[in-house]
Amino acid sequence: MDSLTLDVVVRSISEVGGTVAFIVVGSIILELILFLIFKVILKSPHTLPIMLLGPAAFGMTVLIVYPLLWELNLSFTNMSLRRFGDKAQYTWIACQAKPENINFWLTDCLFKNYVDVFRLPVLKQVYFFPVFLRTVLWTFINMVFHLVGGTILAILLNQPIRGRGIYRTFLILPWAIPQVIAVLAWRGEFHFEYGFVNLMLVRLGLEQINWMTDPFWNFAAMCIVNIWLGIPFMMVILLGGLQSISSDYYEAAEIDGASGLQQFTNITIPLLRPVMTPAIVLGTIWTFNNFNVPFFINQFELETSDILVTALFRAAFQYNRYGFSAAFAFIIFIILLLYSIFYIWISDGLKEVYE
Amino acid sequence: MSVTTDSSNNDNAFQRFFRAKRGHSPFNRMLIHLALIISSIIAIYPVLRVLSVSLRPGDRLLSTSLAIIPSDATLNNYFVVITEKDFMLWLWNSLAITVSTAIIGVIFSSTSAYAFSRWRFPGRNTGMLFLLATQMIPAAMLMVPIYILAVKLGLLGTYRGLVIAYSVSSIPFSVWILKGYYDTIPRDLEEAALIDGANRITAFYRIILPLSTPALSVVFLFNFMQAWNDYLLARVLLANATEIWTWPLGLQALQGQFQTAWGQFAAASIMVMIPVVALFLYSSKYLISGLTAGGVKG
Repeated sequence: MDSLTLDVVVRSISEVGGTVAFIVVGSIILELILFLIFKVILKSPHTLPIMLLGPAAFGMTVLIVYPLLWELNLSFTNMSLRRFGDKAQYTWIACQAKPENINFWLTDCLFKNYVDVFRLPVLKQVYFFPVFLRTVLWTFINMVFHLVGGTILAILLNQPIRGRGIYRTFLILPWAIPQVIAVLAWRGEFHFEYGFVNLMLVRLGLEQINWMTDPFWNFAAMCIVNIWLGIPFMMVILLGGLQSISSDYYEAAEIDGASGLQQFTNITIPLLRPVMTPAIVLGTIWTFNNFNVPFFINQFELETSDILVTALFRAAFQYNRYGFSAAFAFIIFIILLLYSIFYIWISDGLKEVYE
Repeated sequence: MSVTTDSSNNDNAFQRFFRAKRGHSPFNRMLIHLALIISSIIAIYPVLRVLSVSLRPGDRLLSTSLAIIPSDATLNNYFVVITEKDFMLWLWNSLAITVSTAIIGVIFSSTSAYAFSRWRFPGRNTGMLFLLATQMIPAAMLMVPIYILAVKLGLLGTYRGLVIAYSVSSIPFSVWILKGYYDTIPRDLEEAALIDGANRITAFYRIILPLSTPALSVVFLFNFMQAWNDYLLARVLLANATEIWTWPLGLQALQGQFQTAWGQFAAASIMVMIPVVALFLYSSKYLISGLTAGGVKG
């Protein structure tokens, strides 16, 4: 049993402080090197911005770019827990016999892990495409409910009524709570006998539901939790958008005799677009990548409730297939990248953001 | 009537839009209130349940009652969590790691955002695109290489690994927000200072930083929240080193023993939740303006 003693406090402060000092000293050395290279040797006019960017760029290189490249390399290897210790023990996948043709060499040697993602089960039993379709379904259901719920609540909150501030505070609460706590608490509430969801169903005269063991209801439970968690974000963003629309448009429309619905579809929706587009793109990516909700609701029990990112985590840390999961990770990343490019291209909505 | 003062104080477009039809008829107003009350109940009921479970005495943990305040409410669970469990240690670990990473993250991203905002250097657009692309990386994706690298560098199960990883992981988002904010500060201010003989660094430090306090606090808060609430990275990097577990790992362990420790889990959750929720609600206005200033200009 570990407890909080003075000893522990001193030790942790010295370790954390040491790390901070290490980062500070490292940045100073980095700045000196950059100054020498760019100012003294190259006499570059961009020395100052380069120095301003230096530490962050270095950190991102070490912690994002380098791991990504390393993972790309890993995705071509046969690394797993068994071959973890020694560097020499995992290698690029080599073909035993002489490859018969180029296709065989591509699918069974060079890109073996990538092809395996599609032709072998990604976990024990489930294949890639069912998981992928489930992820798409999950993202779609959540985004629809987030958008519809968020829009309705934003419009309601924008009405001139008493107590808007209080309602707003209550409605924002699911976003404010640490996600881990919210999801773990929900998991408890899906307990068959003592969770409030089933207790309420019983009071309403309905059957109790096996939220934890029935694949369909487990997925439904995930969706319920994530919809509950995600609506406040949309609500707040859209409320901000609604409040920024100038009233002149509505006055002009009223003079022209437009109905309420016409005003909504022709003024409100188009003018909300600059706010909505990034919110939808970000929301979709966050939902697609949502780890906490499926992971904590399901906790490695039902394979049928995994979405791509939790399946990836399981392949890596439960089954320890590192090379395979690296390839799997890149496939997920490419799917997201294609989606974003497609969406940005279609909507042109992020053009503003680039400059 | 409050309605009239309300609309004249806050006469925005959407209220005008509804002016004709909202008519302030008591019936419509009641419907709006009803919808908002039902939504609010859905939003807060699960939280109230956590509170209710935390107040139950040990022998009634598994009750089928739906009352919010149990008739025999007790604070026993809170005492148990504080005195007998590692809860305080988890909180301390989280605090030490989170505060230091948030400060480092703000320092690095504030200077980088300044470079992106005021200079056109080669690779600037690529850099901005790269920052956007990092938002698409699934968190679980980087875990494999980071885990293996941490093992090889001996950073597994140390504060060091987590502090470094958290400081960097929130930089892209912070840079976006801060750059958006700096862009709204007129350049004339710095140019005037430069004419008066200040150099760029002084101008940044004396003019830009003080003017950006709202955005800087948003970024600090965001970094803080991200590290404070993170589970995945902590789980991968801390694994079995229970003496430096952060609270999400500890709470998950408590929740895992559903039968015995549900009340303790609930009590611990309430204690973690209250300061974070208070901070969030207090700062939510700035948070939102900070978010939209970075994401959507104008």
